[in-house]
Amino acid sequence: MKACQLKLKISAQVRIKDNYWHCEFSAPQIAKIALPGQFIDIRVNDLCEPLLRRPISIHGVSRAKIKIFYAVVGKATEILARKRTGEYLDIIGPLGSGFALGKQKTVNSKQMLVAGGMGVAPLMFLAEKLTEGRKQRAENRITVLIGAKTKKQLLCADDFKKLGCIVKIATDDGSQGFHGKVTDLLHNLSSDFRSLPSAIYACGPKPMLQAVADISNQRGFPAQLSLEEHMSCGIGACLGCVVKTQAGFKRVCKEGPVFNSRDLVW
Amino acid sequence: MKTNLSVEIGKLKLKNPVMVSSGTFGYAEEFKDFIDLSKLGAIVTKTITLKPRRGNPAPRTCETSAGMLNSIGLENPGIEVFIQEKLPFLKKLGVPIIMSVASEEEPEEFLELVARLDIIEAVAAIELNISCPNVREKASLIAQDPEATYKIVQEVRKITNKTLITKLSPNVTSIADIAQSAEDAGSDAVSLINTLAGMSIDIKQRKPKISVGIAGLSGPAIRPIAVKMVWEVFNKVKIPIIGMGGIIDTASALEFILAGATAVSIGTANFINPKISLEIISGLKKYLIENKIGDVNELVGSVKI
Repeated sequence: MKACQLKLKISAQVRIKDNYWHCEFSAPQIAKIALPGQFIDIRVNDLCEPLLRRPISIHGVSRAKIKIFYAVVGKATEILARKRTGEYLDIIGPLGSGFALGKQKTVNSKQMLVAGGMGVAPLMFLAEKLTEGRKQRAENRITVLIGAKTKKQLLCADDFKKLGCIVKIATDDGSQGFHGKVTDLLHNLSSDFRSLPSAIYACGPKPMLQAVADISNQRGFPAQLSLEEHMSCGIGACLGCVVKTQAGFKRVCKEGPVFNSRDLVW
Repeated sequence: MKTNLSVEIGKLKLKNPVMVSSGTFGYAEEFKDFIDLSKLGAIVTKTITLKPRRGNPAPRTCETSAGMLNSIGLENPGIEVFIQEKLPFLKKLGVPIIMSVASEEEPEEFLELVARLDIIEAVAAIELNISCPNVREKASLIAQDPEATYKIVQEVRKITNKTLITKLSPNVTSIADIAQSAEDAGSDAVSLINTLAGMSIDIKQRKPKISVGIAGLSGPAIRPIAVKMVWEVFNKVKIPIIGMGGIIDTASALEFILAGATAVSIGTANFINPKISLEIISGLKKYLIENKIGDVNELVGSVKI
């Protein structure tokens, strides 16, 4: 599918809490073809500071609109958060290779989504696609594991519940749900044969993804991991955002950001 | 008003003076969704070596003030895979293809590469990348030594009649002297500047932001240095100059032309706006019309000091 460079109008910009924001764009061309796991590359101003675009994953698509979910963590996201409804931004998208949805609609599939911190962002779009037009029978409901440092930083739990997903929470300080890492929770759950997932989709910090890869490779179920890397071009030209795989370096912006856990070399 | 944008670089006739720099445009296919490639003056490929190169580990790039550092380490599939898999797409564009080549260990590799490319009609010109700062096998660059530059250009010159462009490094005391060596040895043109060696440090981790430590700085931050070097080289040699280093718009492209560049090349700006090269072509045309200048060649080196 063809990506395009567009001037997109902000149709909504809402602060969710603290430094977390939703931004929505009118983007029929992108909304039509975007797949979960893909991202858009945003130029936040016309100046040389910041110089490069910022890649942000697609959080959701509704009709002609696309939504992103971002945290203000630096200069570029600060500028982005100051943009108001009606303003235009130069955006390229949709970019990258997203999650392979496979035969998720078969009755026996037990899918599990594992999110760490902002990793919820692309997984929300995925959950929407996976539950689309599907009867959420008790035995094949999607399980979502969400990890956060504290209860305060927990993201999107209610949104996943609204889609009919089973949500399990892990916090580093034990302020909500399981006390520990989300990957420890995954480890515990996957020790029980009955809750062994048939497929895992994960997004989060690198150490978390590595732990997910270890668990899934040991237990023999496939995991698709969405990686993050600094990008300069976002379109596969600069070869800056590579990750090591069994077949050599691959571009996170082109062959990724989603990779099969078995292909990655940590 | 009739305006002429076409320029000549050696035997190469470009319909306009705007090309895209090696390493910032992949093998052009990456940009096909975003721009009409056939409108470019020329395309310089990502540098090719004899054997495939894996390149450096990540992180390979980071942003700096009005610039960026990169140390890709010349990742490329090697010349044979390039010819089989990348060249067929480039061939069809109807745009002069300038092949950027580099040696890994021995300068003699250039001769093997050039001999291979010399017999390929679709290759319009060859750019000798003797100035990549990101190849760890080598302690110093050929482009840092006037004699080594002379020697390799002279030997390559003996085996090809294709237009030969020598890409120069800014990491030298006198870039004009190196340009002189390239001209004396028979280079048809020089292109400058390659990236400036630089370093950026993550103070939390107390580690360099680029895995291998030192990397190449590009982007608007380096432009005044690049313009000055083009001016110095223009005053020293007669062969045409392809100017680059931080061009992000028509005005910055014009700076290079006024300083003495016959053609300009767009690098880092391709990452920010894939359409930028075409916007600059239109901008140059507009500038000529507005200033009642019939031919872009009249502007070359016309800065008054």
